[in-house]
Amino acid sequence: MAKATAFDPRPWYLLSPALLAIAFLVIAPICFILVYSFYINVDLGVDEVAFQFGNWQDLLTDSYYHNAIWKTFRMAVIVTVLAAFLGYIPAYFIAHTNFRRKWLLLLLLILPFWVSFIIRTMSWIHIMGNQGAINGVLIWLGLTDEPISMMYNEFAVIVGFIHVFLPYMILNVYVSLEGIDRNLEPAARTLGCTPWQAFREVTLPLSLPGLAAGSLLVFVLTAGSYVTPIILGGPNDFLFGNLIYDAVVSELNWPMGATLSFTLLFLLGIVVVIYSRFMGLNQLYKALS
Amino acid sequence: MAQVELRGVTKSFGAFLAVKTVDIDFQEGSFTTLLGPSGCGKTTILRMIAGLEKPTGGDILIGGRRVNDVPVHKRNLGIVFQNYALFPHKTIGENIAFGLKYRGVSRADAAKKVSDALDIVRLPGVEDRYPTQLSGGQQQRIALARAIVIEPDVLLLDEPLSALDANLREELRVELKTIQHRIGVTSVFVTHDQSEALAMSDRIVVMSAGRVQQQGEPEEVYNAPATEFVASFLGAANLIEATVASADGADVVVDTRHFGRFAVPKKAANGLGPGARGKVVARAEKLKLYPAASAPEGGVSAPGTVEATDYQGQIVRYFVRVGDIQLQSVGMIDGSPFQEGTEIAVGIRPDECVVLPAEEPSE
Repeated sequence: MAKATAFDPRPWYLLSPALLAIAFLVIAPICFILVYSFYINVDLGVDEVAFQFGNWQDLLTDSYYHNAIWKTFRMAVIVTVLAAFLGYIPAYFIAHTNFRRKWLLLLLLILPFWVSFIIRTMSWIHIMGNQGAINGVLIWLGLTDEPISMMYNEFAVIVGFIHVFLPYMILNVYVSLEGIDRNLEPAARTLGCTPWQAFREVTLPLSLPGLAAGSLLVFVLTAGSYVTPIILGGPNDFLFGNLIYDAVVSELNWPMGATLSFTLLFLLGIVVVIYSRFMGLNQLYKALS
Repeated sequence: MAQVELRGVTKSFGAFLAVKTVDIDFQEGSFTTLLGPSGCGKTTILRMIAGLEKPTGGDILIGGRRVNDVPVHKRNLGIVFQNYALFPHKTIGENIAFGLKYRGVSRADAAKKVSDALDIVRLPGVEDRYPTQLSGGQQQRIALARAIVIEPDVLLLDEPLSALDANLREELRVELKTIQHRIGVTSVFVTHDQSEALAMSDRIVVMSAGRVQQQGEPEEVYNAPATEFVASFLGAANLIEATVASADGADVVVDTRHFGRFAVPKKAANGLGPGARGKVVARAEKLKLYPAASAPEGGVSAPGTVEATDYQGQIVRYFVRVGDIQLQSVGMIDGSPFQEGTEIAVGIRPDECVVLPAEEPSE
């Protein structure tokens, strides 16, 4: 005889602090932003309470915004793909090394987080700038007379992003590689695979969840950034986040800033939904825990 | 099918010598077990035969051909790992067909071979399932099917039963042996479990600390251990210190502190001469316990006390104190077992004992 299980409220007691925090610190502000996007910006920093779609109409009709969305998407894809390639190799190395102090390698990976990411980003000025280390060496070696211009362009922004976000990729890929049974590659080898075939048949497909989780993180983090383009980019290397920054901080147009913020949140939300539809979010928790 | 030969094979990992100049012949079609405690080098030997480790010295020959420099994928071997090592992202059918794909077998032929292999391991019709949908024992059968479907020259089994629970382990070990017999593939089985080794092998190679201690048929290794290590690793053995008193005639007479003087057959004395120090090996199941003062006339016995009993259902294991040594006795229960503290007489049968030379303390 089936008996209806009584509602057990205890888990909800335990969850309530977290739920309250999310409600007040995430849901409520997002609601404010949405409401703000319907206001009218009358003058610098002066808003009029209203319910109209003028800001949204600007967003949907002005190609300047569309262009920024496209540039942001393009930048995020470039950085994600590069980070995937550049991150997989060290992750594979750390996962497979016989080095006894593996934690030391992982610590090295986390070490950069101890320094502010703005300072780390600015360090590239001293590396790639006209008076920077690379140009200094090139001129000293006599390979060039004039410093080569490497800063304040899209390339510098990509370098800055990769530098800051690579550890997220490496950690995610590393976690999934660590979870793969060590005997699978030897098993594939004995069945007739060359080392490369064994990697392609076994290790690569089994590490895809980690690669996908790392890619999602890097994509979302890149698409939401605005500081790196300010420090390392030229006037044309702005991303969508810079438009939000300009609208809110420079133009003091909070209703438009709110509209743009909500748009970015919505677009990245779609990316996450698509991701979780195909990969599930479990892998992400695994790497973050 | 092929014969596998190891000729003076050595393997070191940095300063650690894992395998020390080992010579072993694995006869064509035989089932040979490498038996030893963990860290004795048995798995390293298996991995060297497979090509997953390179020997530091010596030669490995498969079917008469030196394979030291032949990469893994060209050796045509099947391996079954302890933890199954099935590809979790592939179906059972794809797992088994994996090796066939790399041997250029057509899709239709492969499907036929896969279904035949599944029949052999008695799991027909599971091609479309994934490994995690099967139990441990079933997964290990699939791993076996995957290894034998490529018709390997040598089948390597790396503790394939260790991850299974006791009942399944015994069931599968009979089956594994039956399948091996049927297809007649040269098999190398690695285990630390002496009962698996005794039950399954045509030949046992007992290893310790990177060296071969003894190789031979199961009965030979069990009944006539060549070293103290072999004696104590296979089953429970009692080692009783002895000195050879005389060695003429058909028997060798030894003096022991606890059991006095008795004679053992000359062939069991390993060529020890008068005055040599050695150890008498008496298997626990050959040690008989009698109520005190009722030991049979003319037998070799010593008075003792039951210190502990380990009751196991149809058999019982006693730990018996005789003077300053403790001996083990295992026997079928006949009537009620002796209680702890009981005064008894411990009898040994000299004609079932072996005398080993005393060993120098190991390096």
